[in-house]
Amino acid sequence: MSERPVLRGAGARGVVLMKIHEYQAKQILKRFGIDVPRGDVAFSPKEAGAIASRLGGRCVVKAQIHAGGRGKCGGVKIAGDVEEAERLARQMIGMNLVTPQTGPQGKRVRRLLIEEPVDIAREIYLGVTLDRGRSVPVVMGSGRGGMDIEEVARKDPSALRVEPVDPLVGFRPYQARRIGYALGLKGEEVARAARLMQAMVAAYVETDASLLEINPLVVTRQGGLLALDAKMSFDDNALFRHPEIRELRDPEEEDPLEVEASAHGLNYIKLQGNVGCMVNGAGLAMATMDIIKLVGGEPANFLDVGGGATSEQVASAFKILLADQNVKAVLINIFGGILRVDVLARGLVDAVRKVELRVPVVARLEGTNVDEGRRILQESGLNFTLAEGMLDAAKKVVALAGAR
Amino acid sequence: MSILVDQNTRVIVQGITGREGTFHARGCREYGTKIVAGVTPGRGGTVHEGIKVFDTVLEAVEKTGADASMIFVPPAAAADAILEAADARLKLAVCITEGIPASDMVRVAAALEDGPTRLIGPNCPGIISPGKCKIGIMPGYIHKPGPVGVISRSGTLTYEAVAQLSKRGIGQSTCLGIGGDPIIGTTFVDTLALFRDDAETRVIVLIGEIGGGAEEEAARYAARDLNKPMVAFVAGQTAPPGKRMGHAGAIIAGGHGTAAEKMAALQEYGARVLQSPAEIGEAVEALLRETAPSAGARGRA
Repeated sequence: MSERPVLRGAGARGVVLMKIHEYQAKQILKRFGIDVPRGDVAFSPKEAGAIASRLGGRCVVKAQIHAGGRGKCGGVKIAGDVEEAERLARQMIGMNLVTPQTGPQGKRVRRLLIEEPVDIAREIYLGVTLDRGRSVPVVMGSGRGGMDIEEVARKDPSALRVEPVDPLVGFRPYQARRIGYALGLKGEEVARAARLMQAMVAAYVETDASLLEINPLVVTRQGGLLALDAKMSFDDNALFRHPEIRELRDPEEEDPLEVEASAHGLNYIKLQGNVGCMVNGAGLAMATMDIIKLVGGEPANFLDVGGGATSEQVASAFKILLADQNVKAVLINIFGGILRVDVLARGLVDAVRKVELRVPVVARLEGTNVDEGRRILQESGLNFTLAEGMLDAAKKVVALAGAR
Repeated sequence: MSILVDQNTRVIVQGITGREGTFHARGCREYGTKIVAGVTPGRGGTVHEGIKVFDTVLEAVEKTGADASMIFVPPAAAADAILEAADARLKLAVCITEGIPASDMVRVAAALEDGPTRLIGPNCPGIISPGKCKIGIMPGYIHKPGPVGVISRSGTLTYEAVAQLSKRGIGQSTCLGIGGDPIIGTTFVDTLALFRDDAETRVIVLIGEIGGGAEEEAARYAARDLNKPMVAFVAGQTAPPGKRMGHAGAIIAGGHGTAAEKMAALQEYGARVLQSPAEIGEAVEALLRETAPSAGARGRA
């Protein structure tokens, strides 16, 4: 049952949704009875110094950003005393941290976690996530703690032990022990690790998490188990029943345009190109990006205005698209379906009149009353180019974007 | 023939008195679907849009002999609605609702495992056998009856593919949107198996997207058991890793779930894998021509 490598095809991170910081994840774990190093969050060098002093001076200063891979990129440093902790904090707060997971633009550090140093005997990986293939959560364990677990799973699937969490009977102690033994733990350690795994599953289930990772979990020289690093993300769709989790959201970690879009019920992701896209439906939006690239252009964004695409939504979508200065031309690809194209066209004209349009727009509209819709766009006096089908639309918009 | 739904399918609508439920119950009925009842707790005994409403699914099924349900219940109560449909032993439950918590679906998936109810969705456009029955939110008029089976993880991109086919005079046996969520009822593999055994379906169009491993599984199944030609497109060739593209399931993570991997797997099976979403109609037309029944047999491409 547990031999199949889970990360492959199972979308181990398939529901990465609302992310939180390491220190917040550790607070949750602590609530579920999992030991974490002593420490606290600091927003300023002064706070960092105060925490270091409480910890006795020597401490670890960890940048809190929503991305991993911090250790090798200067995001985790050891301070010998309070002064050094303050100095490191001054360097780190406000710095732009670039890790393999942040992308080249990096992320600005605004919060630090100041923690006691831990005496490490061994490092282990433990995680809980949703296995799409089996439609259940799974607990994963590996003796190669501290490493990129997806890398481990790819190169040596046998190094990862996986046990499903049965929705009916839950995660059983024998399954936890099986992982413990597979990790090479002995005696009392196995029982302790099994209890910890049960607590992880409880935390995962009760908060509607989509991912919970402790990497590494350290076995201390005294035989204790400590969550040295922790990562949690949550299922957006379940946040309505977890107001306390929603509180943990840090909008400063998100792209401001993406935040603005989600407030309007739009799904927007900024990319690097110059062709703005406005599409109804996620699949069609991705396909539109693909065809733009295929004809030699670069999409500036992914933007799904939803199946309905009302005039208000289209207007807010335009505002968000045009806030990106890279955008040189916009492609609107809307498959109206049950929406009437004439209604849609009127909405589009209204929306464009509301925003200051500085770039050409190529419109490809499909649905009922398509001829009437085209007439409305043509007679609007606005800078619309009409297109017939996706390929024609892509070619036209890429030509317009390139010509500017 | 067609798969799962036809002119004899008798459909109830759960959540019929809501805005979406009302609108789409009307749309399906106008298309010709036999909408035999609606269910909204507390509204039993009333008539909505000329359709009898019951308090419970069980009662609706007992009184009308329904065998399928279309679900428009809001996300927080949708899992319960699916389980109620299963409890009434309906053959098919089509859940359109978007935004159901994954943990709810974990329990639903487990509960449905050995029962008689097949779930389509959630977060899907539904299913249509053109000219016979439409259970879902897709625009009926773009479809026409014919030899192509269409399966897809997306909504409007499926309409795009169907419109390309119909424009060329190529009809569809059944079109099914399996949904964009991480946990869904009916999968690509389930649907391929149904199309394999459907005499009317001569060519299959599979529209995948980034995230998960459903396309790879479909390719493995097809290599083993499918005897029909397939055209495939995978949306998200240009999607960056770590970003969720609209659907909860559409994300490239840890280097997996990329369009390239999926396209390679489908290619290996022998599917005609397209880089451009604009070439679906053309590719199907070519396949139909190549595999046309020899002279004398009923030839309709």
